[in-house]
Amino acid sequence: MSEAVIDIKNAVVSYREDVALRGVSLKVKVGEFVGVIGANGAGKTTLLTVVNGLGKLLSGQVKVLGHQLSPGNGHSLRKKVGYVAQVQNIDPRMPMNVREVVMIGRYGLLGLMVRPKKHDWEVVDEMLELVGMSHLARRPIGHLSGGEQQRVAIARCLAQEPAIFLLDEPTASLDWKAQADILELVRAIHETRSLTTLFVTHDLSCLPVACGRVVLMKEGRIWGEGAPGELLTEENLGRLYDMPVSEVKKRRTQNILA
Amino acid sequence: MSIFEYQFMQNAILTAFLGGVACSSIGVFVVLMHMPFIGVCMSHAAFAGALLGLWLGFNPLIGAFVLSLLAAAIVGPLADRGELSPETSVGVIFSLMLGLAFLFMGLMPGTKSGALELLWGSILTNTRSDVILLAVVAVLVVGLIVVFYKEIQATVFHRDMALSVGIPATAILYGILFLTGATITATLRSVGGILIFSLILNPAAAAYQLTYSMKKTFLLAAGFGVLSGWMGLLFSYLFNIPSGATIVVTSSVIFLLAAVFSPKRRVKRWQANTTAEAGSD
Repeated sequence: MSEAVIDIKNAVVSYREDVALRGVSLKVKVGEFVGVIGANGAGKTTLLTVVNGLGKLLSGQVKVLGHQLSPGNGHSLRKKVGYVAQVQNIDPRMPMNVREVVMIGRYGLLGLMVRPKKHDWEVVDEMLELVGMSHLARRPIGHLSGGEQQRVAIARCLAQEPAIFLLDEPTASLDWKAQADILELVRAIHETRSLTTLFVTHDLSCLPVACGRVVLMKEGRIWGEGAPGELLTEENLGRLYDMPVSEVKKRRTQNILA
Repeated sequence: MSIFEYQFMQNAILTAFLGGVACSSIGVFVVLMHMPFIGVCMSHAAFAGALLGLWLGFNPLIGAFVLSLLAAAIVGPLADRGELSPETSVGVIFSLMLGLAFLFMGLMPGTKSGALELLWGSILTNTRSDVILLAVVAVLVVGLIVVFYKEIQATVFHRDMALSVGIPATAILYGILFLTGATITATLRSVGGILIFSLILNPAAAAYQLTYSMKKTFLLAAGFGVLSGWMGLLFSYLFNIPSGATIVVTSSVIFLLAAVFSPKRRVKRWQANTTAEAGSD
């Protein structure tokens, strides 16, 4: 059995009065694709911030890529963990182009006061090619559509040459076509690079087929774990979203795209 | 004897150059990070701090520096954690600082000329030591921007993203706030506590209208800052009116022209049209 690259034991995280994670334990092996599902406020994003060292642990232990995380030492770890957030609201006047934004992914690797070299720009161009955005490389970042911005975010993440790929609802607020394109891109990246991937979503139709294991979260706890086919039953979804099974069935059949 | 041979005028020209560069470079951060509220609070806090120094008899610049950093230390984290909206911070801290400033002025015994100079600014009475202080701050601001350009670029673009790739974005932010405090303090006597924030904001906001390159934004802002300073100085000298006011009015006119001729207005119109079309679907 391969080693766990993410090993979370009894993690508790709180933001002022709200407890976001209540004793969460999770192990993720090298090359795994894990989907994290739950309603809004279930603690999914907090789980990702615990993995990249930005979440503030109240108690518990987190070991990622062999680093035991403690307050203030997540800095070097983050250089190896790629993070794609939801579509950001970027000012259309922002004076940065697509290529420069992708280069930000390499800044952590380069270290303080080191300028990007020719090789770094080559990596950036290669990643833009991979996500199909080379033709927009010189376009101001604020002029892109939501789907294009998410492709750029994925290219930035890959330019970082990460060992772990975290995606936090990357398809939220995108149209159906853009959602499908991003999901296909994420699947292809996982397939070709075998990157350990954690994919958070509240939308069941946005779970890539590459997902080998699903973690269900509710009220800051892991409520269920297993293969998508076994776990995502109508009974489980009804309990996860506090909804009668008949209502879950109705909604799933009503959704013509499901 | 030419006017440029007088030391007070040489000092004023140098001050306008150095203050223009430092203030407008800081302004680029303020504009790109959407934090004018912190800048407004800091500049008025500096004014109050300087008056406190005058009243209690210690160096007004130390009072200005300490109080402006204190304002940033209070407002920044509160706004960051979402406990206070930017509008509320401005409303509360801005008025509190002005209130304190006028309170200190009222409590001050004797002549109020020093206080009024801090209020309106007087570039023509700057001493060589004022110029040296400003030169140190300007070199520090420009030097740090050049050395940490890529870290600054990532932080002003998106702080959370910068943090997530391993850039010490929080330290960069605090560094920016520290430089803002230092710049405001060093320029306070020249431009005046009430008006200084305009010299920070206007040249950078004008540059922001004109280019999609961050490097050019810094360069244009610095150019507009120096131009505002020199033109303002000229008008102040020609018409014998307060220099702070002429500098700020000049920088406002530059911003107005940049906004009118901005190539980015097309983008705004295009977006408005797209939204309208989407709404009518």
